[in-house]
Amino acid sequence: MLVIIGAGPAGMAAALKAREEGIPDKEIIIIERAKSPGGILEQCIHTGFGLHYFKEEISGPEYAARFIEELEKTDIEILCDTMVTQITPSRKVTAMSKEKGLIEIQADAIILAMGCRERPRGALDIAGTRPAGVMTAGTAQQFINIEGYMPGHTCVILGSGDIGLIMARRMTLEGAKVKKVCELLPFSGGLKRNIVQCLDDYNIPLELSTTVVEVHGKDRLTGVTTAKVDENLKPIPGTEEYIECDTLLLSVGLIPENEVSKFAGVQLDPKTKGPIVDDMRETSVKGIFACGNVLQVHDLVDFVTMESQIAGKGAAEFIKNKDREKAYATTVPGDRVNYIVPQKVTVPVKENLNFYFRVKNEYKNKKIGFYINGEKVYEKKERKLAPGEMNNLLIKQEVLKGLKENDEITISVEEA
Amino acid sequence: MEKKELTCVVCPFGCLLEVEVDDNNDVTSVKGNTCNRGVKYAQTEIKDPRRNICSTVKVTGSKDTYIVPVKTSSEIPKDKIFDCMEQINNATIPVPVHIGDIVIKNILDTGVDILATNNVLE
Repeated sequence: MLVIIGAGPAGMAAALKAREEGIPDKEIIIIERAKSPGGILEQCIHTGFGLHYFKEEISGPEYAARFIEELEKTDIEILCDTMVTQITPSRKVTAMSKEKGLIEIQADAIILAMGCRERPRGALDIAGTRPAGVMTAGTAQQFINIEGYMPGHTCVILGSGDIGLIMARRMTLEGAKVKKVCELLPFSGGLKRNIVQCLDDYNIPLELSTTVVEVHGKDRLTGVTTAKVDENLKPIPGTEEYIECDTLLLSVGLIPENEVSKFAGVQLDPKTKGPIVDDMRETSVKGIFACGNVLQVHDLVDFVTMESQIAGKGAAEFIKNKDREKAYATTVPGDRVNYIVPQKVTVPVKENLNFYFRVKNEYKNKKIGFYINGEKVYEKKERKLAPGEMNNLLIKQEVLKGLKENDEITISVEEA
Repeated sequence: MEKKELTCVVCPFGCLLEVEVDDNNDVTSVKGNTCNRGVKYAQTEIKDPRRNICSTVKVTGSKDTYIVPVKTSSEIPKDKIFDCMEQINNATIPVPVHIGDIVIKNILDTGVDILATNNVLE
């Protein structure tokens, strides 16, 4: 049995790929916490999805529906309203649902596809009171787009990642006044197009190097105090500004949701906060794979789909040949690179490989260098690089064919 | 002649465009685009800026939800966005709703339809 945890874009793509690779429908089960499949896409009603994978721009629910409809044509079971509470290193899965009670499944392979969570207020240490009206951008998105409920009238948004920007526009369209978007860093983590069409179009100011230092209000939020920050990201005294608002949306980062992975002994990468994986997205625990936002936080669902197909294929191959031993080369982030996925590459390399990575800062007109044991074997010019936009470097098999166990692959951003 | 900087919003790459505009507000040159859609974007953005909008419309008769997400079938003039939102917020559609169903036809005589982007079958 192949058990996939999560029926969002990652889990659904992985299931369909495993099926395509010959795993019978009845041997695949997807376990989903929510009432229906689709994951976070269901509340992402804006368009912008599918440009890479479907070559057209569609909304989140439409993107999800394409996979839901594919799955409905199969006999793959999606167990909804069911929460996985534990997986063990020997791949025993424990789950619970109101309908079926406690469920235990001995899996041949597991694919982790649980997605990620938003960093909440508690992770930020903002001073002040604890009124209603402070919530994550994703919570507001769910209120508006799923429940049909407006969470506020006047709003400040902290964090200029894509969800924050998208919600600035969404709140505005529904009649709220978004007074400003504050960004702690000197640059926005969101896509440029979102700054243009979500903020500039509606004259919403984006204040960089600015944060919220205090929250005011007893029962309901009455306002926030913002302040400029210095190069160490510390508030600068004297720059405080009080802004009246009834809602504060937080869009301050996403963290892969790996609570159950940890119990199974899956090793995590401190940078991605997701599992350390090889080129087939197998984690440090044999037979447990990971893909989508639980592995690394993505900006584009298209890349989630592609990554999950790799994991689906990997899990199918594992089920067919559980005894295979793997030898690995490792990947190490070089200059100006924050992390690389996969962290390990199975040798010898038999096909072209995509390396996904994020850079540490914004750069213009640089080169990306790809090294094996310190020797440059490939380079590519990049006009612009930003931490908010995941990069993808395709390396041909002929470049990688000589790769041996314990070799070290490095990706660096360097002067052009 | 005037130089303008635009960020192309056609796709997530968000190319930074350097656009030259003549005295008639016609685009004479576009630089910085990765594909031809960037040129077309610059031309419309200067003359007649348009955007897609997405929102939700009330659904009646469903046991699971009150609303269904919708989008414009193609871009509408930027200055009509809030008028469109008013129409969208006043619209109601009964179940069943399928992806692609027309919720509002030819909104504000723009030639653009408002389409459902999710299924609400019951």
